[in-house]
Amino acid sequence: MECPVALTSTDVARLADLARIDLTVKELEQFAGELGVVLDAVAQVSAAARPDIVPTSHALNLTNVFRDDVVRPSMPLADVFAMAPAVEQDGDSTWFRVPRILGEAA
Amino acid sequence: MSSLTSLTAARLAALIRTGEVSSEEVTRAHLDQIAAVDDRVHAFLHVDTDRALEVARRVDAKRRAGAPLGPLAGVPVAVKDLFAYVGAPTTCGSRMLENWCPPYNAAVTERVLAADMVILGKTNLDEFAMGSSTETSAFGPTHNPWDLARVPGGSGGGSAAALAALEAPVALGSDTGGSIRQPAAVTGTVGIKPTYGGVSRYGAVAMASSLDQPGPCARTVLDAALLHQVIGGYDPRDATSIDAPVPDVVAAAQSPDVAGMKIGVVKEFGGEGFEPGVERRFHEAVAALAGAGAEIVEVSCPYFPLALGAYYLIMPSEVSSNMARFDAMRYGRRVGDDGTRSVEDVMRASRGAGFGAEVKRRIILGTYALSSGYYDAYYGSAQKVRTLIIQDFRAAFSTVDVLMSPSTPTTAIRIGEPLTDLMAGYKADLCTIPSNLAGIPAGSFPAGLSDNGLPVGVQVMAPVLADDRVYRVGSALEALLEPRFAPLTKEAR
Repeated sequence: MECPVALTSTDVARLADLARIDLTVKELEQFAGELGVVLDAVAQVSAAARPDIVPTSHALNLTNVFRDDVVRPSMPLADVFAMAPAVEQDGDSTWFRVPRILGEAA
Repeated sequence: MSSLTSLTAARLAALIRTGEVSSEEVTRAHLDQIAAVDDRVHAFLHVDTDRALEVARRVDAKRRAGAPLGPLAGVPVAVKDLFAYVGAPTTCGSRMLENWCPPYNAAVTERVLAADMVILGKTNLDEFAMGSSTETSAFGPTHNPWDLARVPGGSGGGSAAALAALEAPVALGSDTGGSIRQPAAVTGTVGIKPTYGGVSRYGAVAMASSLDQPGPCARTVLDAALLHQVIGGYDPRDATSIDAPVPDVVAAAQSPDVAGMKIGVVKEFGGEGFEPGVERRFHEAVAALAGAGAEIVEVSCPYFPLALGAYYLIMPSEVSSNMARFDAMRYGRRVGDDGTRSVEDVMRASRGAGFGAEVKRRIILGTYALSSGYYDAYYGSAQKVRTLIIQDFRAAFSTVDVLMSPSTPTTAIRIGEPLTDLMAGYKADLCTIPSNLAGIPAGSFPAGLSDNGLPVGVQVMAPVLADDRVYRVGSALEALLEPRFAPLTKEAR
């Protein structure tokens, strides 16, 4: 299969948006050039991938791994919340505090 | 007793067990060495001084009380800063996790602690293990003890440099495309990537989950094997952990006998792009094994030259998925949360500020390789090449016991050395990547110095779960080749 190898800074901006990363204009331009070089170099990979080859996603032939569904102690909540960027507390309860998740202003 | 830092882990363990030295003395000697040289080397991101001494004293008390001790009891170990260790920061060399302390221990951390080993601190790495030079660490590069103007390889440059500078006798690493073996090669130390699934990934911050494998770093083959035995084995918390006994790597590391062994030399790894001094040391190492009775044959692995390209599609794809967890909501860096911005805006700002250039580059590349319309051409094709690489290995191992190649095409590059392009830097992992794609065990062993006086490593690869063969050949190489020590090592001797 033919791969398009030229990436523009507009392409990179779209990908950065999908990946939820703010990039500076300088980064957009720099990455567009650099990633073009990488995609160029990996073009031979697509050329070697004949339709009859079975793809490998994992080196070990693993199927699903199951365990018994038993109650085990969880991590101490205080330790978990200690590293949170923001928490809210009410009596004995603690929550992660996150920015607004809906489109309208808070 | 500064000479304690030049002893092997095996010897230190024996001295501690018989009470000739205490673990506290040994630990203090290594902490002193860190204090003396780490401002020049910068192998450590965090030195856990007080707790290390406390643990050492506890081990000494245990010994005096006659309690049973593990094979490496009281021996200090340095831990790559992507393994969770409660009570100390786990930063992954990233601003994203600066000052983050994990609420649980990694499996390898648990196992070294359960074996009564003493954790000295956390070692520097390329940011989230993405790099081959330790230069992408947000906290500054590590310097190669052989030449402080040069890189110690990467991503595990901190662990490798700590060994070469006698700051630790053994260290923990993780290898996704060569991050244990490539730093070992350019620092003149030993680094082993076990069979995928041989050492638990639980609590190791993930980079590319189908490739990541924790493993031992050491100055001698036996020390690597002893640490491998401590950290290896089944762990139900890692769904890819292999439920089989750890191969007897310690016995193999003490069996430097290669007579009758069939060793394949990978034809594709040499020539253009390889430093002549690296190739010379490699061929001398192979000749030494032949002299010791091994049968040497040249083996062609025609798809190995495609491994680098396949890796730079598969790895970023897995990276883009794994790095999605850093969303600034439950832990890690959050910026721009001024009460008016949406959760997505805060996520974008936090990830933009928290990740360095190489991490962003790989996330973008992976997002592209997995995106609708390109998936088959990129990720799908790379998965097929992965099949071809595995077939190459299968064919090779049907005729030989192990495969060998140089560990790296060149010796250590200078810190800040401008690369012709991005791919030129990625080629540092050219020889190490195929074993990650196939999940097989492989190790890098010191093979002397190149013409520029810098260390060269040779790589030994074996079939899945035949890790012991890697150690056997490594132990033969160690017996046959003259040991070389880094200038900082000589200073301490």
